[in-house]
Amino acid sequence: MALIELQDVHRTFTVRARTGRFSRVRREVRAVDGLSFTVEAGECVGYIGPNGAGKSTTIKMLTGILVPSSGRLRVAGVDPARERVALARRIGVVFGQRTTLWWDLPLRDSFELARRIYRIPDRRYRENLGRCVELLDLGGLLDTPVRQLSLGQRMRGDLAAALLHDPQVLYLDEPTIGLDVVSKGKVREFLREVNRDRGTTVLLTTHDLTDIEQLCGRVMVIDHGRVVHDGGLDGLHAAGRSERTLVVDLAEARPPIEVAGARVVKVEGPRQWLAFPARESAAPIVAEVAARYPLVDLSVREPAIEDVIARMYAEVSIG
Amino acid sequence: MQNAALVGARPPDTSGGSARGAAFGGSAPGLYAAVARGAFRRYSTYRAATLAGTFTNTVFGIILASSFLALWQARPSLGGYDQSQAVTYIWVSQALLVTVAVWGGGFQDDLQDRFRSGDIAVDLYRPVDFQAWWLATDLGRAAFQALVRGTVPMLVGALVFRTRMPEHPLTWVFFLLSALLAVLVSFGLRFLVSITGFWLHDSEGVRAVMLVVSMFFSGMLLPIALFPGWLGDLAPLLPWAALVKVPTDVFLERADGAGLLGALGFQLGWAAVLLLAGRGAQWLATRRVVVQGG
Repeated sequence: MALIELQDVHRTFTVRARTGRFSRVRREVRAVDGLSFTVEAGECVGYIGPNGAGKSTTIKMLTGILVPSSGRLRVAGVDPARERVALARRIGVVFGQRTTLWWDLPLRDSFELARRIYRIPDRRYRENLGRCVELLDLGGLLDTPVRQLSLGQRMRGDLAAALLHDPQVLYLDEPTIGLDVVSKGKVREFLREVNRDRGTTVLLTTHDLTDIEQLCGRVMVIDHGRVVHDGGLDGLHAAGRSERTLVVDLAEARPPIEVAGARVVKVEGPRQWLAFPARESAAPIVAEVAARYPLVDLSVREPAIEDVIARMYAEVSIG
Repeated sequence: MQNAALVGARPPDTSGGSARGAAFGGSAPGLYAAVARGAFRRYSTYRAATLAGTFTNTVFGIILASSFLALWQARPSLGGYDQSQAVTYIWVSQALLVTVAVWGGGFQDDLQDRFRSGDIAVDLYRPVDFQAWWLATDLGRAAFQALVRGTVPMLVGALVFRTRMPEHPLTWVFFLLSALLAVLVSFGLRFLVSITGFWLHDSEGVRAVMLVVSMFFSGMLLPIALFPGWLGDLAPLLPWAALVKVPTDVFLERADGAGLLGALGFQLGWAAVLLLAGRGAQWLATRRVVVQGG
């Protein structure tokens, strides 16, 4: 049975906008508009979309602090909104910009509190804390008040606090936001370990696509409250109609060359950039250029995932 | 919270059986006791603020006690207090001021920050009772404040002025009980004010109004016994009377027997009403967030 199941979930908000001194207009905003997907236990799924796409609304419904307007939603077999408190013991939530740690007290105290909140058996608590301390390199920080921790250290503390009770699902919202390269690496390494070794299902919301590239086998792109792509990262290229670029250096500067299946997008002296669909092979294009023009050197550039997604957002907004 | 029954329930065992029979990390009372201890330790880390606050309390106590002394010299037995009782009133009320949070504050500042930053949503993810959590932090806070900002002004007052200490040793016990009930009533009032944040996003305005009302009707500015006419009839019935008036009355032994029980019952009654009202408001607030999306 799937761990997370959404069937045609809708969520509308009523927004009152002022139109005059006393008049207000009620307007319905569909934050989530017919969302359906399932996540199997043990998956690591990237959940991405532009601001306002409905990501937070989805997470709020999955944790039970928001009820869907319609549709069916199950997490670990229960309806989150009905059994929010019971479900809270089985999920972990980490927000990059919020903290559950006790600001003025040593990090250790927040972990102790988590032990009591989630009623973690002593042995399991010791094991889990030991593992988190080791993997997240928290050993020297346990007695430091949280307010004295750097953002990266605090984030690692929050991750540990969210995992001490062995949640089945971990929801992460921008877990690497504002972190430096080294801290990002540590957080990603840890999440990979948690997903792989503990079998914890991870749903990751982020704007940093490197997080997705390094962690998630599956990525869901959401826009205007609907899933517009669900599949592997490779599939994104196809879905986004992305293009690869062939850069050719000719013997001399020429006007834009003409090659079937590709178009020149940029010319700079003897160097020309040709775009062609990412699915197509580069070989026939290279062969044709070599046959008809004085080719000196060439290289093929893969599309950046950022560009693919940016194009996808743009298309969805227009369509 | 509507799922209060579930809070007390054992968590579903998700560990695959390895934890069965193992000691659990503690019961619900254990959790809230730990929260209260944490709050106590947290306040104990603000050393400079505590010292400065205690100093201010003491200086104000000296100024106020001196003016009361002058007033009662001119008008002996005003409001039924003799001179030493009037001076003692000042010192007891200074000891209660921060302990009972007559001015508001304590967890209210934390909650206000959480409403502004949106962290309030995180609080709902956790399997803890919102009201019980903040009550526990407030009891921890009050315990710390009582130890420092409660005792120091009382000691200085007793050394510098001619104060009236309780004649019966048991009065101390009743006074501590009355102070505890005062904290509960104060929490109940402050919780209701803070929870308006779910609707207003910022309870600062309501807080400012409450500060004035609380200062006046608690008897902090002037003993309620001195209020004229209908104001004097009304004030002792309002919940704010439970904050300063009742504990000082108990300390000064102005009531005994049935009167004493009535005074404590008055506090207990308001505490129960306000805490229940807080639960109702919390239920509405949670419903609003969960159903309407805040």
